[in-house]
Amino acid sequence: MSIIVYTESENGKFKKAALEVVSYAKSIADQMGSSVTAVVVNADDLESLGNYGASKVLSIKNDALNTFNAKTYASAIEQAAKQEAANVIVVSTSADSKYLAPLLAVGLEAGYVSNVIEAPSSLSPFTVKHTAFTNKAFANTEISTDIKIVGLSNNSFGLVESGGNASIEDFSPSLPESGVNVESVDKATDKVSIADAETVVSGGRGLKGPENWGMIEELAEVLGAATACSKPVSDLGWRPHSEHVGQTGKPVASNLYIAIGISGAIQHLAGINSSKVKVVINTDAEAPFFKAADYGVVGDAFEVVPKLIEKLKAFKAANA
Amino acid sequence: MKILVCISHVPDTTSKINFTEGDTKFDINGVQFVINPNDEFGLTRAMWFKEKQGASVDVVNVGGVETEPTLRKALAIGADAAIRVNTQATDGFSVAKELAKVVSEGGYDLVIAGRESIDYNGGMVPGMLAGLTNSNFVANCIGLEVDGTNAKAVREIDGGKETVSTALPLVIGGQKGLVEESDLRIPNMRGIMMARKKPLTVLEPAETGVKTKAISFEKPAPKGAVKLVDADNIDELVSLLHNEAKVI
Repeated sequence: MSIIVYTESENGKFKKAALEVVSYAKSIADQMGSSVTAVVVNADDLESLGNYGASKVLSIKNDALNTFNAKTYASAIEQAAKQEAANVIVVSTSADSKYLAPLLAVGLEAGYVSNVIEAPSSLSPFTVKHTAFTNKAFANTEISTDIKIVGLSNNSFGLVESGGNASIEDFSPSLPESGVNVESVDKATDKVSIADAETVVSGGRGLKGPENWGMIEELAEVLGAATACSKPVSDLGWRPHSEHVGQTGKPVASNLYIAIGISGAIQHLAGINSSKVKVVINTDAEAPFFKAADYGVVGDAFEVVPKLIEKLKAFKAANA
Repeated sequence: MKILVCISHVPDTTSKINFTEGDTKFDINGVQFVINPNDEFGLTRAMWFKEKQGASVDVVNVGGVETEPTLRKALAIGADAAIRVNTQATDGFSVAKELAKVVSEGGYDLVIAGRESIDYNGGMVPGMLAGLTNSNFVANCIGLEVDGTNAKAVREIDGGKETVSTALPLVIGGQKGLVEESDLRIPNMRGIMMARKKPLTVLEPAETGVKTKAISFEKPAPKGAVKLVDADNIDELVSLLHNEAKVI
């Protein structure tokens, strides 16, 4: 009996979400009197996973897996789960993990719940809490199968260092035909993605035009944040759709969400409900977003944002 | 090309969410139901294939009789035929199994489902359906071209996009980007009249393999009032974010 986690990496380096799923799995393992085995693909620094609670690492090194493919990755994790007789599998809610998890669930006849935000409230029956209705509510869901797959929402559990060590084993699964071949990847490698971000800086129509996004990007850079936008902004083509946050765009579960010039339509608020601290900057004191926000500034973005950048730079310099 | 579009019947995007029966059931009182927005992008792309490349388009929903107006709307938009699998959609896996049976028996080349439904947001049905029918699968699909039995798709990834090539039979999880929002269609009177004459087949469910069950729901705790900071005192905002919220 063990818990398997799929730990995502990029260019050999673990993503923060990978360390978070290990931390989460460790908390379940402690309750179950079990242990955590991490499955890693083409990553280095494998020992670091021990610090977050993995006692074993199954290391797959295979050039055929350099590009993510849901079917082959799911198959590799399935084989690892069978070898370890895993009864719980934890993945993140990154685009890739959400791509492979349903295939893994079919392969293992496992119940799968995504967007989970807390450690299980009960192990028998196995019950987890997750967001539903696009973050307007939560559901408590029981998984009744022998093998359970949990998709943990990013930034929901946090990192917990346990100071342990992990043993490392090579693992060589047999890989199926991928069926889907990657032709090209178009990705800004120097930018924080919305899914990974602890802080998101988002702009709306109040910014008046795409030429004014420089200050949004500068604020994001100071905070190490991802940039995002409201639906009208992506519809107008000021920003790419991949930055659109909301019900038909991306959900955001950051620690800090700063909304600038966004009035706060219900569909937008649904997309950011899972963010922990919300700051709103808007000229309109009646904007609905102020009702959903923790902190607000009623003021002109073109005056407030440069000031905020300057103050944050000073804060960073003082706290470096 | 034979296309199947999976349609979820979901609360309108502006719906206020409430629960009844001791927070165990979604309260449908006063809620308007619509075609799941992610499915609507897929349906519109299917219409494009029908009109430009001569495909046939069926739509399917797993749900009770109350979902039929949503299927009729899809017919009014231009789908040729509708199928309703007569069971309540309880969990993603059982829905995927019902759909897999429809796909296998119908011999579809391309199955378009929404990335996720905006009610339960599981985002698992398209992938499970692909797994169960042994089809190729592209998630978060924002572009799709089909040439014969080959397909080229673009999918959104964290921080960018990826172009892939694959072959039919194919299942995609589609979303905004698959077509422009301005291309979405509103049924016209002729479409509505024609939809009445189009076949809507009701199939009895085959599988009962429910693996997960939502036992209760909660709404987020009410929020305290916003703390307003004077626009001339941004130092205070930085201080609050550091000392009180502890996010910087």
